[in-house]
This record gives sequence, C-alpha cells and structure tokens, in this order.
Amino acid sequence: MPDATPPAEPALALPPPLTLALTVNGARHAVEIRPWTTLLDLLRDRLHLTGTKKGCDQGQCGACTVILDGKRVNACLVLAATRPGSEVRTVEGLEGPDGALHPLQAAFIEHDAFQCGYCTPGQLCSGVALIGEGHAGSAEEIREWMSGNICRCGAYPHIVEAIREVAGR
Amino acid sequence: MTPFAFDRAGDLPAALRAGGAPGARFLAGGTNLVDLMKYGVEAPRRLVDLGPLDGLRRVEETPDGGLRIGALVTNADCAAHPLVMERAPLLASAILHGATPQLRNMATTGGNLLQRTRCYYFYDTATACNKRAPGTGCPAREGVNRIHAILGHSEHCIATHPSDMCVALAALEAVVEVEGPGGARRIPMADFHRLPDDAPERDTTLAHGEVITAVAIPPDRFGSHHTYLKLRDRLSYAFALVSVAVGVGMEGTAIREARIALGGVAHKPWRREEAEAAMRGLAPEAAGERAAAILLEGARGFSHNAFKIELARRAIGRAVRQAASGTPQHHANKVIL
Repeated sequence: MPDATPPAEPALALPPPLTLALTVNGARHAVEIRPWTTLLDLLRDRLHLTGTKKGCDQGQCGACTVILDGKRVNACLVLAATRPGSEVRTVEGLEGPDGALHPLQAAFIEHDAFQCGYCTPGQLCSGVALIGEGHAGSAEEIREWMSGNICRCGAYPHIVEAIREVAGR
Repeated sequence: MTPFAFDRAGDLPAALRAGGAPGARFLAGGTNLVDLMKYGVEAPRRLVDLGPLDGLRRVEETPDGGLRIGALVTNADCAAHPLVMERAPLLASAILHGATPQLRNMATTGGNLLQRTRCYYFYDTATACNKRAPGTGCPAREGVNRIHAILGHSEHCIATHPSDMCVALAALEAVVEVEGPGGARRIPMADFHRLPDDAPERDTTLAHGEVITAVAIPPDRFGSHHTYLKLRDRLSYAFALVSVAVGVGMEGTAIREARIALGGVAHKPWRREEAEAAMRGLAPEAAGERAAAILLEGARGFSHNAFKIELARRAIGRAVRQAASGTPQHHANKVIL
C-alpha cells in the first residue's frame, strides 16, 4: 500500500530573536524581540506600558503616538529592531518627577479635551511634541500640525484650546 | 506580517550586498513598506535596514549652488532645513502638504520616491490588481475610481502616484542619485517613475538591488515665485485629488520661464515641456490657460473621476497666478488666494 503520509513541510526557518536595548521614560530595558515586533507591541505587550493605544495599527489614527528620540512618531509603524539604543517617551512618562500631571494633561482636564479617551495618550504626546516644535502659534496652525491624531468623539475644539493655553504660557 | 530575516547595514557596500539577494528589500522610514507588509501586499523575505548609514542623512550645498539631499533625510528635517527653505521652498511646501507630522518624522526622501499607490484595489488582497498580482485585472476601471488617473493610464492600471514631494521634485528638475551592484547612476526625475503601460507592477526604473543615495536639486531660479497647490477631499492629511507644483521666472508682468508638474492625476508626476515652452512671454492668466490645455491633452476620466479634468484646469490657472504674484499657497492657512 502506498504511503499516504504527505511529505513533511520544511520547518519555517524563523530568524533568531534579537536583544534590543532601549530607554523608556528614563528606565533602561533589554528585551528579546523578533524583527517584526513593532515599537507599539513592544511597549504594550513586553513592557506592559498600555497607555499607548493601538487604534488602526496602520499609521492613520495617531493613537499610538510616542516621542522617539525627541520626535513624535506612530509607534505602530516603527520596527523596534531598527531603533537600538533609542529613548522613548510615552504618556506614562509625561508627568513630572513628583508625579504631578504635565501642564498639557492638566489643560486637557480643564478644557474637557476628551470624551472616550482612547485617542488621548496619542493626542497628549503629539501635543507635547508640537509645543516643543514651535508650531502652536495659532488655532489654525495647531489644527494642521495635529492632523495626525484623529478623535472620533470630535473633541477637536477643546484639544486646540488646551494646546493653545499651554503653548501660550 | 509574514516573518522575514533582518539585517542592519553596516555600510553602503554591505547594504548593497544584502539588498541584492532575491526577495530582499531596503527599509528606510518604514511608513509605507511596514504598512504594506501588515496588509499582506508586500512580503519581503529579508529587510535590509539602512538606518545606520548616517552619511545618507545630510543636506549639502553643491558647487553650482544647488542642493544634495541624502536619501535618509526625513521629510520633516528636509522641509525644516534652512538650505531647503532658502533654495527650494517649493519642495519644503510640497512636503508640508503631505501626510502628518508623525509620518514626516519617519518618512525619508528616498522612501517617499518609492512610495506606492493608495489605490483601494492595490491595498485589498481579496481583489484583483495588475500592480499587486500581474495579470489578474484592474477592478478600478469599472469600480470606485474617484482618486484614480486621468492621464497616462493604460488598460492594465489607472493608479496614481501618491507623493506630494515628487511633484515638486519633478517641477524642480531634480536628479535621483542611485548606487547599485553595477555602480552609480543619476536618473532625472522625468525618467525615474514609469507610466503603467503593460507592466504596472513596476513603479520606477530602479533595478532590484539598487539603492537611492540622494536627490540633487539644481540651483534655485524662482525665488518666491512658486506655489504648491493641493486640492483634496479633506483640508489636511489626505492624498491629492489634484495638485500643482509650479515655479516661474518673471519679466515685468510676463512669464519668462516656467516649470510645472501635476500630482494626483497619473502614475507619475505629470510634466510636459511643451506646456512650459508655451507659457513663455505670456501674462499669468493666458499662460495658465495654455499650460492647462497642453498638460491635459488626451485626459480621460472614468465613472467617478472625470471631474478631475476640470478641477486640474482650474487648479493650474490658480497656481500659475499664485506663483506669478509671488504668493505661494500656505500649508496651514487653507484659504486659496
């Protein structure tokens, strides 16, 4: 009787894990990752920093915005392996050393700049970076330079007010 | 994402060796390639990360007064660079009209040149697409084609090139500098992107294993007489339905010299030297009309995008007027003068 067992499929040769050293909110980490691990998945699943949100996972919504080596980026599109030695600041790292809210966090509360809150960590990181970039001179400029952060609740007018207030200080 | 092997290039020769392997792709900012890998549109076997090649991260002045922009200069750094703002403000403006601050902080000059169409069918692996799976057909022709081409399309593909940066580079007559296994070469923008013809899977004339090292921009001839006018369905963070990059040299109230390219209308930035020649000596109004007539020769729309022909005609007129009067469209102030 012919052998009906199909030939074994060759094992998929996965590349070995690599060790990535990086600093997140001032704390140093060394994490074993795969080449396809995104910075977003590393933060959430490996370091359990779940403040950074996964919205679209396609670079469209901005919910995953973090500040990477001083620049705001979509963490979902960054392959972590491409950024050894980098410094990441997430929403968990915005507060002051004494635990006080960042002025923009306080302004978001004061101006009621969120409803469901899912986009808020990304809005905050983006807003903090924006103020540092010097592109928060007018409501019009803030709207354009916050275009990478979508809020489906439509809290935009209050977000603009909160950023204007902090940028104007 | 389909698993893949990963290399960090130590230097350019090492990158070229690794990138020449079958199924290997170079990775720069990743904003398009990583996205396409998540969709399953791209599935490289090996990624060669160009990140460590700091030599490609410079903006330099060339001896003739032009600029050389390294392939790894991010779109954000390029648009904010003092030399770019001074010598190629049209390029800075076009870049700031595209994507978002987060994406521009990652996206690179070389990667932007190689970004792929946002045709819905190209992105949807459940449908046919000659660009993604050659020979399967083009559902866009009879389907939802609002964002598709009106010029230079073929029976095989009606996709558009999505870049804003490239439209400015075309008008500026930039040259793409490339290194490959066969050595270095320089490709004028006009020859870098292709029309789809019967091989829409090939967006550019770059060969496998070749890597973009820089973009060279000739000396500025237009000063403040330029504009990038982008019309889209949303005021921000949307691809162009039609865009116009134009630079003009003025002699009194007449146009002495002009360069003009259209975005959002074809598989590559759309430029016709005959249109530029026809603008010479004319007042801005007449020059815009002549340029539009020539640039839009043979334009043909589909069920949802024929409006682009008239939109492009009017956008060209408006943009030539903006450039001639030295009042470029601002990326944040959306009022179109």
